[in-house]
Amino acid sequence: MTDWTRADVCAAAIADAFSQDGEIFASPMGLLPTLGVRLAKLTSNPDLVISDGESLFLGGVPPLGGTDVVEGWIPFRRVFDVVAYGKRHVMMGATQVDRHGNQNISAIGDFAQPKRQLLGSRGAPGNTVNNRTSYWVPKHSPRVFVEQVDIVSGVGPARAKAAGPAAARFNDVHRIVTNLAVLDVRGPADTVRLLSVHPGVTVDEVVDATGFDLAVPADVPSTRAPSYEELILIREMLDPKGLRFREVPDAAEAAQR
Amino acid sequence: MSRKPRDKRMSIDDVIGSLESGMTIGIGGWGPRRKPMALVRALYNSDLTDLTIVSWGGADVGLLARAGKIRKLVYAFVSLDSVPLEPNFQRARQTKAVPEVVELDEGMFQTGLRAAAQRLPFLPMRAGLGSDVLVNNPWIRTVTSPYPDPDGVREDLVAVPALNLDVALVHLNRADMHGNAAYLGPDPYFDDLFAMAAQRTYVSVEQVLDTAGLTVDTPVQRLLLSRMMVEGVVETPNGAHFTTCTPDYERDERFQREYAAAAGGSDEDWQAFHDRFLAGDEASYQAAVKAFHEESDR
Repeated sequence: MTDWTRADVCAAAIADAFSQDGEIFASPMGLLPTLGVRLAKLTSNPDLVISDGESLFLGGVPPLGGTDVVEGWIPFRRVFDVVAYGKRHVMMGATQVDRHGNQNISAIGDFAQPKRQLLGSRGAPGNTVNNRTSYWVPKHSPRVFVEQVDIVSGVGPARAKAAGPAAARFNDVHRIVTNLAVLDVRGPADTVRLLSVHPGVTVDEVVDATGFDLAVPADVPSTRAPSYEELILIREMLDPKGLRFREVPDAAEAAQR
Repeated sequence: MSRKPRDKRMSIDDVIGSLESGMTIGIGGWGPRRKPMALVRALYNSDLTDLTIVSWGGADVGLLARAGKIRKLVYAFVSLDSVPLEPNFQRARQTKAVPEVVELDEGMFQTGLRAAAQRLPFLPMRAGLGSDVLVNNPWIRTVTSPYPDPDGVREDLVAVPALNLDVALVHLNRADMHGNAAYLGPDPYFDDLFAMAAQRTYVSVEQVLDTAGLTVDTPVQRLLLSRMMVEGVVETPNGAHFTTCTPDYERDERFQREYAAAAGGSDEDWQAFHDRFLAGDEASYQAAVKAFHEESDR
C-alpha cells in the first residue's frame, strides 16, 4: 500500500517516538500526538499507559474521541505526582522552538507586555526537568523554529546543564516531529538536528523552513512509510473520520478543493 | 441549645461583603472546569479593587481582568480549552492592564499551595530550573540540598514559595450546611489545597443536603472538604456556568463561544455582552442564559 498521506507518516513517526519507552504514562497533547501514541500502543509498545486526556487511565485503545475499559485514575494532582516520579513521556505543542531545543508556549514578545499572550508556560518547565518530553509541530516554519525563543517554557539540554545537576539529571528532550521531518537535540553543542525527512520532502525544504542553522548530517534518511497494518489501524479504527487532516492536510484532497 | 455544628449557609452578597480590596484570593477548579463562577461574577460586579488572584485560570481570570479588579495575577496558564487562548486575559496582558504577573509552572503552583497548606515558607522542587519562570520571577530562589546524592552532589532545587491566600473560593457539587462538601465529577482538582492554603474558604455548591445525604449515593472518598476548612456555604444552582460541573452539567460550549467572541471583539461587543448577561445579579444572569439558549434553539 503506497497511498498513505503525510498525516499517516506523521502518526507513525510519533508512534516511533514512544516505541522504546516501555511501561510508562504516554501523555500526548493534541490530536496527532494522541493518534500516534495510540498507534504505538497497538503496535510497537503495548505496555504504554494511556489516558482519556481527562482523568482516567484506559485499559484498551479507543478511537479519537472514544472511550474504553478504565484501568486507573489520573486526576491532575496525580499527573504532577507522575511527572516527579518520572515514568512519563509527554508530547507537547510548541509555538516556538529554538536552536537549543528550548520551547515557548507562554507569550510572544517581551514578557512584561507581550505582543501576543499565549497559554502560559503550563507544565513545560516541570516536564522538561522531570520526564521525557517531545514536541509536535504541525506547521514547520521559520516562525516556529527561531534562533532564540522569546520565553523559555520547556528547557532544552544546554539550558538544563547550565542550570546545574538538578535540572540536567532528568532532562530528556527526545524528538521533535513536524509535518516535514523528525528532529532531535543531539546536534553539536546540544542543538537541534535533522534525523529524517518525510517522503516527498527534501532536506533543503526543511532547512529553508527552519529559522536557525539546523544540524544536518551527511546522510539524512527518509522517515519510514507507515506499514499496511498501521494504515488499517489509523483509517479503520483510530481515526475513521479523518480528523488528522485538520492538522496535516492531505495534499491530494487539498488540490481537489 | 443546639448541639450541632453551626449553620454556615450564606448568600453570594454575604460572601462578597466579607471581602476587602487588596486581598489575595485563590479561585479553585481548573481552567474551564468547575469554577465558582457565581461568586466570580459577583466579584466582577463588586466595588473591590487591587486584588491578587491566584488561579489555574479560565474565564474567572478573564472576567476579573476585564473588570480591572486584578492588581497581581498568579497563574500557570489561562485557557478555555475549546477556545485555547482566553481573549480577556490576552487583552489584559497585551495592554498591561494587570500591573503585576507571576507565571509559574503548573506543578510549582500546586507545590506553592501545598507549602501554604502545610504552613511552610517553601517546598523544594525541580520544576522551574532552567526556565524563564525563574528569570521573570527573580525573587523565587533556589535552595541547596543538605543531603549529598550518591555522587556527592548537593542539588540546587527551586524553593517554591508558599501561596498563602486570604480567601479561597471553590465550587463543588454538594455540601451540607456545615461545610462538608463533595465533588461528583472526574477530578477533585485542588480545591482542598486551596481551602487549606487560605485563611477563609467559601464553597458554593449546586445543592445543599442533610449531612447523611452526602454519602447516601456517593462514596465517602468524594467528600473533599471538611467543615473545619470552610467558613461559608452558598447554594448556587448552575453556579459554575459556563464551566463544567460534571455530572450536574458539562461546559456550555455555545455560551463560551459567545463569551469569547465578545471578549475578543470590539469594546461595543463586550459592552453588549456585559449589559445582557453580567450587569445584574446571579438570578438575572441565569435568566439571561436561559433566554440566550431559547433564542439560539429557535
